[in-house]
This record gives sequence, structure tokens and C-alpha cells, in this order.
Amino acid sequence: MSDLPDATRQSTEPMGRLEPAETVRPSRWRSAWDGDLAYSFRRSPVAMIAAFVTVLLVLAAVCAPLIAPHDPFDPRTLNLMNGFSEPMVPNQFTGETFWLGTDDQGRDVFSTILYGLRISLTVGFSAVAFAMTLGVLLGLLAGYLGGWVETIIMRIADVQLTFPSILVALLIFGVARGVIPIEYRDQMAIWVLIIAIGLSDWVQFARVVRGATLVEKNREYVQAARLIGRSGPAIMLQHILPNVLSPVLVIATISLALAIIAEATLSFLGVGAPPTQPSLGTLIRIGQDFLFSGKWWILMFPAATLLALALSVNLLGDWLRDALNPKLQ
Amino acid sequence: MLAYILRRVFQSIIVLLVVGLVAFSMFRFVGDPIEQLLGQERTQADVERLREALGLNDAFVIQYLNFLGRALQGDFGISYRQSRPVADIIAERLPATLELALISGMLAVGLGIALGVFTAIRRDGVAANIIMSTSLIGVSLPTFLIGILLIYLFGVQLRWLPTFGRGDVVDLGWWTTGLLTESGLKSLILPSITLGLYQMTLIMRLVRSEMLEVLRMDYIRFARARGLRARAVNFRHALKNTMVPVITVTGLQLGSIIAFAIITETVFQWPGVGLLFINAVQFVDIPVMAAYLMLISVMFVLINLVVDLLYVWVDPRLRIDGRAA
Repeated sequence: MSDLPDATRQSTEPMGRLEPAETVRPSRWRSAWDGDLAYSFRRSPVAMIAAFVTVLLVLAAVCAPLIAPHDPFDPRTLNLMNGFSEPMVPNQFTGETFWLGTDDQGRDVFSTILYGLRISLTVGFSAVAFAMTLGVLLGLLAGYLGGWVETIIMRIADVQLTFPSILVALLIFGVARGVIPIEYRDQMAIWVLIIAIGLSDWVQFARVVRGATLVEKNREYVQAARLIGRSGPAIMLQHILPNVLSPVLVIATISLALAIIAEATLSFLGVGAPPTQPSLGTLIRIGQDFLFSGKWWILMFPAATLLALALSVNLLGDWLRDALNPKLQ
Repeated sequence: MLAYILRRVFQSIIVLLVVGLVAFSMFRFVGDPIEQLLGQERTQADVERLREALGLNDAFVIQYLNFLGRALQGDFGISYRQSRPVADIIAERLPATLELALISGMLAVGLGIALGVFTAIRRDGVAANIIMSTSLIGVSLPTFLIGILLIYLFGVQLRWLPTFGRGDVVDLGWWTTGLLTESGLKSLILPSITLGLYQMTLIMRLVRSEMLEVLRMDYIRFARARGLRARAVNFRHALKNTMVPVITVTGLQLGSIIAFAIITETVFQWPGVGLLFINAVQFVDIPVMAAYLMLISVMFVLINLVVDLLYVWVDPRLRIDGRAA
């Protein structure tokens, strides 16, 4: 633990320069490119490929309405005659060709993947943002205030850590289903997913931030801030927070991969995104029904997309952890 | 030593009480049991009588204590959906899950340790490198995808193995087992690989890195210098000293095997408690959810307790610390 602050310090420097994305001053970008982080990025082909795939998939999801051949959830654009078209083979009735084939209702699989990617990424990013905010705040409070606040927060964290997060998410989801009236269930499903996955994942953030805060709060700059009369929240958010952020960034990246897989798993189990707003997991669940009749493309393409997304975000997280090298464990 | 055990047991009881409180709150605040039990045709008097009979008018603490008392006797109420006692439903589903978890656990621990030792000893070998890179993909694949891919390959394409259900089971009175029939054993293969694969890769990677660490130690070099055979050095001296972290992770992973069984059971329509729980979540069957939660947490807490006690047994140094604390 003793060398944590130094590792954190050094590694925040290049990140600090990267963060203001709006700054157009070329000198800043130049220095960021020459920084330690960018250097290790340029040296790692795996990280570059992973980053490329991730950016490509995120862009595809953002631009889905522009790229997709048609809106798969607008019934006017569907033709039932196109159902079960094989990939790259012209349909026997209509003669239309679909890159990745179509499902039972004639929806283009490529389009459903693009829209599914949107839902998966939205849920993944929002859940991690929620978990991160909650975990960082509770971690700061526990570390800075100590006493009974710390005891309560960390005890809850310990108990929750005993259970696998997928189980926690399932329970929260089940309870939410009981509380929300049936007519709102489908509309609320995405929000419930975000909250369930977020609540099942805050512990990691809280533990790391608390550990780092315990070290930081005894440093001179915190004592100085206290001496000039800054308030507790100001010290926590403006002084300590920037210095504990870099391990948070690593955990957030790894959490994103886990959140995407958790969302896919919940949707696959039939308790996640509804068929009206299918995520990649829902698509795989639907595709599974057609696997036995040999219509492999309805399942395999969404599955491959999910795998590519999860694997590349995972590899990015691994690289970031090695590059920043905060002592996470 | 005794103080250490007592403290751990005490902590476990606290955890169970908290989980019990969560389970009880689900009963109390999610949905209205009166609504579930009485139909549309009801009078205010009926409602009042049922409230009194169910004890819903008692104070919160009294209700909680009653709930705990009944749970201790194995009474978790009646399933909203199946209208049968929850305890009976779970008792009839539990053998399927436990058999699956047991086989997967044995697979994960046995193969994981063996492959871990192998990849550590033949660190630069071709086979070891192939195993290591394959394991990276194995960790990134979600469990349900592994299951589906196995079904597609061995069930749909090759038609070697059954893809759903438990096959024929033998009823032993209080336990149904699929281990005694051919179709039962065949049905176990794909689900147990699906369930155990992730845990196996984790254990393998852990054993490998711990072994590499230990093999660098002086006492290993000394053991080699004494002219001991490679097998004795690798297994009796090196492997034994990697066991403390391996036991921790293995213990915790056994817990998650039971939780991840939910996913595997859904993929293979395996009639265990995991599938029961998923159906309960879908249909908001609160008594089943609460009972499953309690059951799983008792298992987790027991596993954690056993792991902690195993440490003390494996690593004699902890016995002294335990006495001092």
C-alpha cells in the first residue's frame, strides 16, 4: 500500500493531459501523443487493434440509423416474404440479398445487430457510470470520514461481495418487476437493467477509492486545504478525487466489459431488454430457437459481435491496467 | 484458534441475519400477499381475517422473528405460481443442481490444477502456450455462449450428446440421481463442461502463476540439488506451497458455480433450482425467490467458513496468528 500514492501520481500526469478533449490547441495533443500512456499504446499492437474494434463498434452503434439498410422495428419496412433469407444468397421469393441474412419476420440481421449494439452499449455505459458515481462517492465518504460511516459502508460492501454480481442483479431485477406495474414493465426494463447492473457493481470502486483516500487524506495538500478552511465536501471532490482517479479509470474499463456481458446474460435469461427493444443478448436468445433448424446466422452474427465487443474492451482494460500500473490488488 | 473460529461463526450469523432481513422485506413490501391469495371476489372481513391469520398486523420485528423461525424449520410458505409449499419444490429440484455443481467443480479443480502445473513446468513448450492463449478466449466468452456453441457442435451438428434435460433419473426416495443411467451421464457432459470451463481457466491461471513464483524459491533449488526426482520436487515441494491462494479462490469459485448454474440450467433446460429461480424472477414468485436467496446464502456462508478453517489447517503459521488475535 505504501507505494500506491507514487504510482498514482505518476500515472495521473499523462491522463491529466489527455482529458480535456475539447481543447484544440495542437501543442496539447502533441504532448499527449508523446506522453507515457500514448507511448505504451503505440508499442502495443493488441491495444491498438482492441481500440480500433471498440471505436468501430461504438461508431456503428451511434450511427445505426444512418448505416442500417432499414429500421428493423418499423413494421412498414418489413416484408414477411424475406423471412429466413440466408446470408449473401438472394431471397427465393423477392430476390433481395441480405449480407447477414434475415430472421423469421424478414428483419435484416445486420440492422438488428446495429440497433442491438446501441442498447447493449447504452446499458453498459450507463450502468458503469452509475456504479462508478455511487462507488466513488461512498468510497470517498468512507475513507475521508472514517468512524461509523466507514464501518457501515464497508460492511455492506463485504456482504455484497460474498455474492456473485449476476445474482445480485437478478434479485434487484426480480424485486423491481414486483414493484413496477405490468403496463410499464417493458418501458422501464432498460432503466431497471441499468440500476440492477450498476448496484451490483459499485463495490469494486468503493474499495479502491477508500483505500487510496486513506493514504491521500494524510498528505500535506489535504492538511493545507483544511487549514485554509475548505469544507469537507470541497476537499473530497476537488482535492482528493483527482488524485485517486486513475485506478478508477482502469476498473471502469474492466467493469464495462463485465457490464456488457452481464446485460447480455440477463437479456438472454429473459429478464433483461424486452423483445421490443432487443439488445445483443435478446437477439441471441431469439436466435437460439432457430439454431436447431439449421438457421445459424440469426444467432451466430449477434454472438460474434458480442464476443468482439467484450473481448476488445477486456483487452483494452488489461492494457490500461499494465500501462497505468496502479497496485489494484 | 477457538476464538478465531467463534468470531468467524459469529460474523457468518450476522450475514445470514442481514440476508434474512432482505428476503423478509421482499415478502413484506413487494406485492400484497392478500392480493395474491384472495381473488377478485372478497369482502373486507375476509381481508381482515386473513391479515390476522397471516400475522400481518403484528409489529415488524415480531413478523421478522416469526419469518426467521419458520425459515429455520424449512417453511418458506407457498409458491404463488405453483400453489405448493416452496420447501417441497426446492427439495425436489436441489439434487439436479447439486449433482451438476459437484461434477463441474471436480472438473474445474482437477483439470485446472493439472493444467496449471503442466503449463508452469513446461513454461516455454508449444502445448503450454496453446493452452494459455485458448484460456484467454475462454475467460472472455460469456457462459451462455459457451453452452450454445457446445449445443450447436455436439448436439445439432454431430448429434453425439443430448442438448437438454437430465435424461433418465433413478429415484432413491429422497434424492433423484442421473449418475446411474447412461442417458443421465450423457446429459451431464455438456452442462458440466459449460459450467466448469470458466472456473477451470481461472484456477489454471492461478496455479500456473503461483507455481512459477514458488519454483524460483531457494528451497526448490536446494531440493533439486539434493537430487530429488522432478516429480517429488514439483508436487511434494512446489505444489503444496501454492495451495493457500488456490484454496481461497477455489472455495469462492465453488460458490459462484452454484450461482452460475442459473445460466447453464437455462441454456440446457436443466431441471434444477437455478431454472426454478429464473422462472420465479420472471413471474415475480416472491416466496420462491426469498427461499432461493436464503438457501444460496447459507451455502455461500458455509463455504466461506470452511475455506477460512482450511487455511488454518493448510498453513500452520496462521494458527499462531489466530491464537494471538
